[in-house]
Amino acid sequence: MFGAHYNTLLVMAGAGLLGLVSGVVGAFAVLRRRALMGDAVAHAALPGICFAFLLIGERNFWAFLAGAVASGVAGVLCVTWLRAHTRIKDDAAIGIVLSVFFGLGIVLLRRLQSHENANVAGLESFLLGQTAGMVMQDLLSIAYVCVGVLVVLLLLFKEFKALSFDREFARVQGWPVLTLDILLMALLVVTTVVGLPAVGVVLMAALLIIPGVSARFWTEKLPTMLALSGVFGLLTGVIGTFLSAVLPEMPAGPVIVLSGCAIFLFSMFFAPRRGILSRLIEQVRLRMVTARQNLLRSMYELNEDNLPGSAPVSLDELVESRAWSRAQALRLLADAQSRGDVKPDGPDAWSLTTAGLQAAASVVRTHRLWETFLIEHADIAPDHVDRDADQIEHVLSPDLIKELEARLREDGRLPEGLGPPASPHEIVKGASGRSRAEGSA
Amino acid sequence: MIERLMALTGYDEISFWIVATAALVNVACGILGCFLVLRRMSMLGDAISHAVLPGLAMGFILTESRDIVPMLLGALAAGVLTALLTQAIHRYARVPEDAAMGVVFTSLFALGVLLIHRTAKHIDLDPGCVLYGILEGVAFEMEPGALMPRPTFNMLVACILTILFVIVLWKELKIVSFDPELAESQGYRSNLIHYLLMAMVAGVTVAAFEAVGSILVVAMLIVPAATAHLLTDRLSLMVLLSSLIGIVCAVVGRDAASHYSTSVPGMMSVIAGVFFVVAVLFAPRHGYLIKVIRHWGLGLRIIQEDILALLYRWREASPEKPLTTTHTIAALGGGTLPRIALWALSRDGRVRTSAGTVALTEVGAKQAQTLVKSHRLWETYLTTLGLPADHVHAPADRTEHYLDENILREVANEVEHPHTDPHGRPIPRREGSRVDLEKIDDDNAS
Repeated sequence: MFGAHYNTLLVMAGAGLLGLVSGVVGAFAVLRRRALMGDAVAHAALPGICFAFLLIGERNFWAFLAGAVASGVAGVLCVTWLRAHTRIKDDAAIGIVLSVFFGLGIVLLRRLQSHENANVAGLESFLLGQTAGMVMQDLLSIAYVCVGVLVVLLLLFKEFKALSFDREFARVQGWPVLTLDILLMALLVVTTVVGLPAVGVVLMAALLIIPGVSARFWTEKLPTMLALSGVFGLLTGVIGTFLSAVLPEMPAGPVIVLSGCAIFLFSMFFAPRRGILSRLIEQVRLRMVTARQNLLRSMYELNEDNLPGSAPVSLDELVESRAWSRAQALRLLADAQSRGDVKPDGPDAWSLTTAGLQAAASVVRTHRLWETFLIEHADIAPDHVDRDADQIEHVLSPDLIKELEARLREDGRLPEGLGPPASPHEIVKGASGRSRAEGSA
Repeated sequence: MIERLMALTGYDEISFWIVATAALVNVACGILGCFLVLRRMSMLGDAISHAVLPGLAMGFILTESRDIVPMLLGALAAGVLTALLTQAIHRYARVPEDAAMGVVFTSLFALGVLLIHRTAKHIDLDPGCVLYGILEGVAFEMEPGALMPRPTFNMLVACILTILFVIVLWKELKIVSFDPELAESQGYRSNLIHYLLMAMVAGVTVAAFEAVGSILVVAMLIVPAATAHLLTDRLSLMVLLSSLIGIVCAVVGRDAASHYSTSVPGMMSVIAGVFFVVAVLFAPRHGYLIKVIRHWGLGLRIIQEDILALLYRWREASPEKPLTTTHTIAALGGGTLPRIALWALSRDGRVRTSAGTVALTEVGAKQAQTLVKSHRLWETYLTTLGLPADHVHAPADRTEHYLDENILREVANEVEHPHTDPHGRPIPRREGSRVDLEKIDDDNAS
């Protein structure tokens, strides 16, 4: 079906390439907390375009581009200078440059429109964007810029990486930090300006921000993030153009942004590790593990006097030992029973199975090891460690446990055998400490 | 009454309504902008002014009329939604705040453009109108028998509401702007205040939209407030100045625009920018020039003191041979500043220049002595801290200019009033006839 739609293919290629390059460049901006700089640059380009028209007196794409880059760079320098030398903060500096430059652009534009009889209609479309009206020249200029920007980024990747994460390190390495900074901003300006006639001011800002933010959800590595951001940008452009071509009454610009928004939403919810859903699942999983281990520990401690035997523990005792409701405790017991850790033993009473006893001993062991560590090495009072250990014991790695054991063994404080070491403090039965037990084993 | 106002200002009807409408917009935006700038959320104004578009469109689509009320409600909802979504994405998805804002407002704007495009066949709500507004033709919106044009009336209401909002919630806004944690700990609902402020920004933005376009709204939310922020440290004064600048921008902007026959809102933004640049350069306390002057003055004082100390040391080392002017200037790195410093010193009577040589006067010698004393005491002090003797000169050279008499006395006590510095040179005493210096000597003697 595309055979007949030369124009659609052209727009698709242009939007895709633009998405690719602005995704990569924008990822740096997002990482450096300069996401809205692209927005400011896009607005600041207008007066430059008007000056270029005043000088040349006719529509010339490359003159417009040069003018836009010049005033875009001027805008960036203004923001940087204001931030460094006045009490004006980042956000206000960006807003001031954006609105005043754009106001100046409007003033010049209106003056051109009222005085020159020449065709100035192209000026406005340079800003608002005519995605569907993209011609071969636009595609070519986007392609040139795309290749140029990517080559510079590849060549100076190491330097830009250091600049983004550790400016001081880059400075100490003797790299020209300021020049690199300006170069990176210049890449942003060129990308923004070349994209303006294709997608317009606001949509350009979206192409710079959205792919980078989306890519950040999927990875912690800069090269992967840049590649992903580029791919997301490419997809945004291609999918947006495609949808706008096949659906009726759908202008390409907004549809491209909304495609990017869809990718963002998908990443935000479904990305592994950093996505909202996987973080929620992880939280729930951790909470379940915690509750399960707490039950085992309570059962073990309530049964500690009868070791190595396993006496029944009543529901009332359990409920009293921690801040559980009866229903919660029953649910946990049912879960533990299905795992074979506990078995019913009399009316409203359960006892640990052999497997459960082993699992519980290991949980208690971790808890007490950590408590001991806190008392010995972190100077935390014995009556405070239970809570702290409670929070951390479930996430201790096996390596750390081994190290703790080794330290305790050195001090001769680790009893031989598999059983847990004696508790370093009195065990308090009942969540609020109402009834004190005779002491630990 | 309006006729009399018109006669008083000397405007014709069209210009009068342009200036009046713009002034109302600028005052409302200028007041709210102060809180945005102080809370470092200036760009939220920009974001909201873009993001209200789908709200406007939905308001229109649902009621099928260009009645202001449903569009206003829709836009208000969209504005508050922008603030809420930005916060939610920032907090729950851990995206930096500015990036979250960028995602939200561009997406909402795109949605708005799409909605408007799909319904544009039957309405005249085009993106161009949103950008530029109808300010130039606002007088023609006057309905027969009405007191003022409809957009002006809307802005008047918005402006009065803004002023009331700020007066009623003054204390809350103030504490939330400067210290949200303190506000929260004192029982103020800083989140509620935040969203109320956002709702006000959204409301004013929407009311101003039709009249002046989004450019002027964004400019007026940020630029006058930032200008006022440079001029004063008092919030009440800042709010007043910001609205005043807004009014002046409206008046001057219209004049300039009609003179150059160009866009009125654009010109008003440019005028605001001019005010801002003037404030950046010339503000009394936070301006760039005053900082440069202060910096330069400090530099001059330090060089003067260096000259005095140099002359003192020279006299100490070779009392019979005078130091030439050329050598003095060369010793301080040459250039204009040492020359000026030397000239200022001889004018004050702290040094005497005669036949190409420089010598200390009585007054100059006293000051030089104190300086050298500071320098050598500090060197001694640094060696007691464990610094090797060949490392103490440079830091002492910097510190000597900032040690006042109290610190000097403490340092002297700390190092137990030695007679020489780590390099074996004498630490001056006695002749420095100031009370505290004598006291140090007495302490030492006893």
